[in-house]
Order: sequence, then structure tokens, then C-alpha cells
Amino acid sequence: MRQIDARIITQQVADMVVQANVELPQDVLGALTTALANETSDAGREVLQQLLDNAALAKSTRLPLCQDTGLAVFFVELGNECHIVGDLTEAINQGVRDGYRDGFLRKSSCHPLTRKNTGDNTPAIIHTDIVPGDTLTIKFMAKGGGSENMSRATMLTPAQGWEGIRDFVVRRMAEAGPNPCPPTIVGVGIGGTFDLAPILAKKALFRPLDVPHPDPEIAAMEDELFAAINALGIGPMGLGGRTTCLGVRINMAPCHIASLPLAVNVQCHSSRHLEVHI
Amino acid sequence: MSKEFKLQTPLTDEDIEPLRAGDKVLLSGLVYTARDSAHKKIVQALEAGLPSPFPLQGAVIYYVGPSPAPEGRPIGSAGPTTSYRMDSFAPYLHSLGVKASIGKGKRNDAVKKSLREHKAVYFGATGGAGALISQCIEQAKVIAYEELGPEAVRVLKVKDFPLLVINDAFGGELYAQPAIDL
Repeated sequence: MRQIDARIITQQVADMVVQANVELPQDVLGALTTALANETSDAGREVLQQLLDNAALAKSTRLPLCQDTGLAVFFVELGNECHIVGDLTEAINQGVRDGYRDGFLRKSSCHPLTRKNTGDNTPAIIHTDIVPGDTLTIKFMAKGGGSENMSRATMLTPAQGWEGIRDFVVRRMAEAGPNPCPPTIVGVGIGGTFDLAPILAKKALFRPLDVPHPDPEIAAMEDELFAAINALGIGPMGLGGRTTCLGVRINMAPCHIASLPLAVNVQCHSSRHLEVHI
Repeated sequence: MSKEFKLQTPLTDEDIEPLRAGDKVLLSGLVYTARDSAHKKIVQALEAGLPSPFPLQGAVIYYVGPSPAPEGRPIGSAGPTTSYRMDSFAPYLHSLGVKASIGKGKRNDAVKKSLREHKAVYFGATGGAGALISQCIEQAKVIAYEELGPEAVRVLKVKDFPLLVINDAFGGELYAQPAIDL
């Protein structure tokens, strides 16, 4: 049994929440650069250039890319041959406290009704899977509220099938319009249960934009949704153009014979995520 | 064709009248930050007969909750938040003299009507460009509701803050309509 000191987890989390918030991943930078080359609308090109300038400035100054440094969302994959010495959940929350304080990140977590800020951006949202092996993988996403608010889940009927899924996703992005900071990345969870579909959708957002889905049929579905969403013409920040989304990422799971659960988790262009392996 | 304007706050009817959806504006002067919880508190105070934390006549309200200021800087990252959440408050604030709001995303029909009735505009700033926008902010100070943390009301001194007129005072709108029947 491999021993992992919880203090190491805290340190790694504190570092990764800051790093993710000041430096856009290469795949997102690549997608924005490609979008700028392909965008035909002047207003759209101007926005895309500002986003690339903003990314360069954030990287050099260590100012956050966006003032909304998100709720801290984690997907933890804990190898079943690891023994955490200490409290895993508390170790992650302490890393969030340290990183959000020392990195001058905004604390956006509050009581749902009184709206009183918790003050340190905890509690983090933590999903844990037990996996084979002796590695602890921590995936972090700084999830902004503006794009999260545009996300939706629904229970389709099995008869609605792919056509129903396509219509729901495209309509959702049309209704969201400029609100979620397009160009977006659209996470789609298909199947599972009422609770699993949104988790599938959120997990899908971690797959880099330059990595196609391994299943060619699902990859083709992603391409179809990508084309349909970009055909809406909403454009960068809603100002019109060809670039409404940078990618569609689908995750699928078996579901009940009576159901077709569907979730759309919208991610803004500032797709800030990182993973570490301990 | 879109035009470019340089404006200084507080704004007057004469500043607002020439603006049309799609025009570019470089805004300088004092703007006031307020988002969800601050709006609720401001409107509650006004309805109770208490003063607003800042002068409303000609005011520009920026929907932003900045990240904390690192040492040596007046403010952290400071881009716009989504505006529709302030729609229920905006017409009342326009009626009391507020001339513009800065945010991102769509406004509802009541706000658009209110812009026409009160000669006001809605400006868009680039969402997710908070580091870049912070370079236009020269000073920042909390002036009310400090307990709200990032949502506290701040006065910002801005210089050449780049904005787009999204909704003008004549019913014009810049946002692209999606190519689908909603």
C-alpha cells in the first residue's frame, strides 16, 4: 500500500488552482488562434484577439484570466492501492483556501439563500472515483458562474433519440446566446440517470480540444453538433460570426430502458483546468 | 457604420443621444460597481428612503466583482459579469438617473423599454478579458457593503475603458440573432 501524505495534496492543489487561473491550456490557446484565422466577422476577430492578448497578459502578470475564478471543482481518481495519511477532502479544501488566498483569486462561494460569502472559496465540489493502481489523480476546473448558469439537464424519451438530443443542445446554445461568454465549449452528457448525466457532461469538458473522441461514431456526433452550433452565427461574445463554440465534448453511459437523460454543461472560452498525478 | 466616441462620466442626455448600437466608446471617469447582492441592497435602501451609496444622476454602473488586488495594483482582474441578473433592478435605477450599465449578455424587454424611456444605454465589455480590462482601471475603492467581499460597491477611476453600445436609447441592438426559430 502506497502512503500519500495529505499535506502533499494540499500543496499540489494550492499550486494548481493558481496555475489554472492564470494560464490557459495550450489546446484552448490553439483553438482560439485557429478561430481567429477562420473568423470572418470584424467584431468577432477583435474579441478573439482580445482574448489572446488577455491570456498573454495573465500569464506574464499572474493576474487571473477572468475575475470569476470559479467554484473549485475537482474530479479525483484515487488508486485503490493508495493510503491517504490524513483527510483527503480536508486536504483539498485547505489547498483551495491557500491557493485562492495567496494567488489573489476571487472567492465566489456563498450561502444559497443569505448569499453570505464563505470567505475562502470552500467547500470545493469534489467527485471521487476509486480506480485500480497506486496513483492519485486530481483534476481541477475553475468553473465560472456565467456559463454554469446557461447549463441545463432534461429527461428525454427514448423515442426522441439523437434527433431530440441534437435539437435540445443546439436550442440551448441558441437561447444562451451571448450570455455564457462564447466561443464556448459544450459538454454533453448522454445517458446514465438524472444525477449522472450532468457529471458526464462536466467530465467531458476535461478532454482537450485537440483530442478527438476515441469512438468514431461519437466523434461524428460531436462534429455534427459543433457545425450546428457554429451555424447559429452568434459569434464571439454574441457579436456575430462563425465562432460560437470551440468544441463539443460528449460522454455517454448506458441508461434505463424508459429514459434518455441529457445534460448540457456550458463552459466559457476561458476553459481553465489542470490535472496532477501524485 | 459604427462610430467611435470618447466619453467622460457622469453621462448626460447629450452624451447618450448620438450613441447607436455597434458604436465603440472609450469611457473615462468614475464608474460604480454593483452586481447581484449590491443591487438588492441599493434598491432596498432607496425604497426605505435612505441615500444611494453613490450619486445616481448620470451614473454608470459596472456589473463586476473583481478579483483581489495584488500588491502594487489598484485592482485584480475585472471583466463584466452577465447582465440579465440585474434586469429586475435596472429600470428603477434608470428612472433615478442612471445613464448606463456595463456588462455582458442579453437584457430583457423591460430594460430595453426603460433605456428608451430614460435615455440610457447598455454597454458591453469583453467577458473573460478581465486581466486586460484591469489595465484601464487607475484607482479602486470600496464605498459600501464591504461585507459582500467581491460584491461590495466600489468606485473605479477608469481611463479609456473600451466598450461597445449593445442596446441604445432608440431600440437598437447589436447582438446577433441566432439562425434558428426560438
